[in-house]
Amino acid sequence: MSDRLPGFSTLAVHAGAQPDPTTGARATPIYQTTSFVFNDADHAASLFGLQAFGNIYTRIGNPTNAVLEERVAALEGGTAALAVASGHAAQVVVLQQLLQPGDEFIAARKLYGGSINQFTHAFKSFGWNVVWADPDDIASFERAVTPRTKAIFIESIANPAGSITDIEAISTVARKAGVPLIVDNTLASPYLIRPIDHGADIVVHSLTKFLGGHGNSLGGIIVDAGTFDWSAGGKYPMLSEPRPEYHGIRLQETFGNFAFAIACRVLGLRDLGPALSPFNAFMILTGIETLPLRMQKHCDNAKAVAEFLAGHPAVASVSYAGLPSDKYNQLARKYAPKGAGAVFTFSLKGGYDAGVNLVSKLQLFSHLANVGDTRSLVIHPASTTHSQLDDAAKVKSGAGPDVVRLSVGIEDKEDLIADLEQALGA
Amino acid sequence: MNHDAYPDNYIRGILNSVKSIAMVGASPVNVRPSYFAFKYLAQRGYDMIPINPGHVGKELLGKPFVASLSDLGRPVDMIDIFRNSSHIMPVIEEALTLDPLPKVIWMQLGARDDAAAAKAESVGIKVVMNRCPKIEYGRLSSEISWMGVNSRTLSSKRAPVPTQGMRLSLNRTSVGGGDTAASDRAAKNKSEQS
Repeated sequence: MSDRLPGFSTLAVHAGAQPDPTTGARATPIYQTTSFVFNDADHAASLFGLQAFGNIYTRIGNPTNAVLEERVAALEGGTAALAVASGHAAQVVVLQQLLQPGDEFIAARKLYGGSINQFTHAFKSFGWNVVWADPDDIASFERAVTPRTKAIFIESIANPAGSITDIEAISTVARKAGVPLIVDNTLASPYLIRPIDHGADIVVHSLTKFLGGHGNSLGGIIVDAGTFDWSAGGKYPMLSEPRPEYHGIRLQETFGNFAFAIACRVLGLRDLGPALSPFNAFMILTGIETLPLRMQKHCDNAKAVAEFLAGHPAVASVSYAGLPSDKYNQLARKYAPKGAGAVFTFSLKGGYDAGVNLVSKLQLFSHLANVGDTRSLVIHPASTTHSQLDDAAKVKSGAGPDVVRLSVGIEDKEDLIADLEQALGA
Repeated sequence: MNHDAYPDNYIRGILNSVKSIAMVGASPVNVRPSYFAFKYLAQRGYDMIPINPGHVGKELLGKPFVASLSDLGRPVDMIDIFRNSSHIMPVIEEALTLDPLPKVIWMQLGARDDAAAAKAESVGIKVVMNRCPKIEYGRLSSEISWMGVNSRTLSSKRAPVPTQGMRLSLNRTSVGGGDTAASDRAAKNKSEQS
C-alpha cells in the first residue's frame, strides 16, 4: 500500500499480472477461448454498452491479452494499451481513429520498408494520404503541416540504419499543429527509450521484435499516453462526437485520459478484427519478463560488432548510433543512454555483389526478414525488405544497394565477430 | 491538496471510507457517463442517491431522484458532481449549507474549479477534481485491467473471484514506475491554459 516506486525490471515481471483468482496459477494462464459467459442479461447489456469492465469475446478483449496490454502500458508510462495481431495492424487501427478519407498524416521518410509500403499503397486506397518528411530536417515536418493533417508518425530508432530521431523536436511541431505524435518504438523498446517521456501521444510496437524477443510470435500494440485533448477543435470525431456504434456515447468524455485506447478497442479492433491470439500474448509476455536483460546484451553485442566492422578493410562505412563518430551519436546519448539498439547497417566496398556474397557465407547470422530475435540476423534490404522502393527511395531510406542490415542477437559476441570475419575475409 | 496529481492513498482512503454518495447531475440516459458511474458504484455496494431536478418523481435503477442537495433530507458522505467546470461553484455553495457537511466532494472527468475546491477544503472537506470514481475504483482494484488500462498497481496475492455486488479490495501496491506523469502534466497544462 506504500507509494514506493518500483523499477523497470520489476514492472517487466509483474505489471498487469497477478495469481489467477480461480486456480492460483502464478504464471499468466492462456485463456484460449473465443467467448465469456455473462452473469445475467443485465451484465451482458452492461458489457456491450461499455458500462462494466469485463470480457465478452476475444476479438474485443481477452484476459491473457489484457495482462500484456497493462504490462506494456506500464513499461511505456502510458494510461492504457491495446494488443493486436501485428505491428501493421496497430498502425491501421491507430490511423482509423484519427483520419477520415481525404485527410493527411506526416510520416518520417526513414521507416521500416513495410510501413512505407503500407502508408504509400494500402492507406492511399482508404483515402489516407501520407506526406513524407525528413527526420534529419525538423523544418520539413513544419512545412508539411496543412489543415488536413491529423497526425505525425515517426520511429524512435529508425529502420534500417538504426538512426535516432529527435522525438522532442518533432513533438513540438505536433503540438503546434494540434495533432498527436505517434512513435513506433519497436527497435528501441521501452527499456532504451520511453517516447512518452519525450512528448509522444501514442506509441506503437511490433511486439514481434524485441518485446517478444524470441522470433516466435507475431503481435502488435498501441499505447495511449493520455496526453492528447481529443475534444479540441472537433478534429477527431471518433473520440469527441457521439458514436452511433454505441448509441451515442462520447468516448473522450466517458473514458478521459485512456479514451484513445478504448476507441482503438471498440471502434478499431472490434470492427476491423485483427485480434491477437492469446497464445501469442502468452509467448510475448514471457519474453517481456527478460526484456531488460536481453536488451542490454543486444546493445552491448551490437556495439562490439559495429566496432569490429568499422575497423575491417572490406567495410566502407558503418551506420550505428552507438559509435562516437556516428552522426546520430549525440541523439543516442540523449535518448538512449543505455545503448543505441541492436539493428544497424553497414556498407561494403564491394557493393551489391559483396552484400549478397556476405549473406550467403555467414554461418551464425540467419538470412531472414525480421529483427529483434535472440538469434543474430542479417538481410540485404535492397533485394528484400526495401526491394519494392525505387533506387532513389532506397537510398533515402538508408537501404542503398551496398547496404547490409544486422540485427545483433544475444549470443557470445566473440562468436558473432568470428562469423563476420570469416564471411568478409573469404 | 495538489489537484494536478493525487496520491493513490488519498483516492483509496476516500473510496474505502465513504458509504453514501449523492450524484449531482445523474442522468437516466444509459449512454451518459453519469449513468455508467451511478450503476457501477451501486453495484459495488455504495448507497447511491441521484440528484436531478428534471427527473423528480422518477427513479434511477430503483433509487428515487431528488431535486437538489438541500432536498436530500439525510446526511451523505460524498457528493459526486457531474456538471461542467462553470457550474461547480453553486453546487459547492449549496453543499456547504448541509448539516452535517459531506466528507468528500468529487468533480467528474473534465470538471475543475480551483476556487470552489479551496472553499470546500477550507472547512475540512476532501476534494477530488477531474477524475471518475468508477475509473478510480476499477483502477485501484485492478478490475479495469480487463480493458488494458494501466492500473498502476501490483499484487502477488491471489484475488478473490469477483462476483456481482461485491466490494473489491483497493489495497494493492501502487507503482510509479509506470505512472501517468505525462497525462497529469497534460491535464495541468490544459487547466492552466483555460
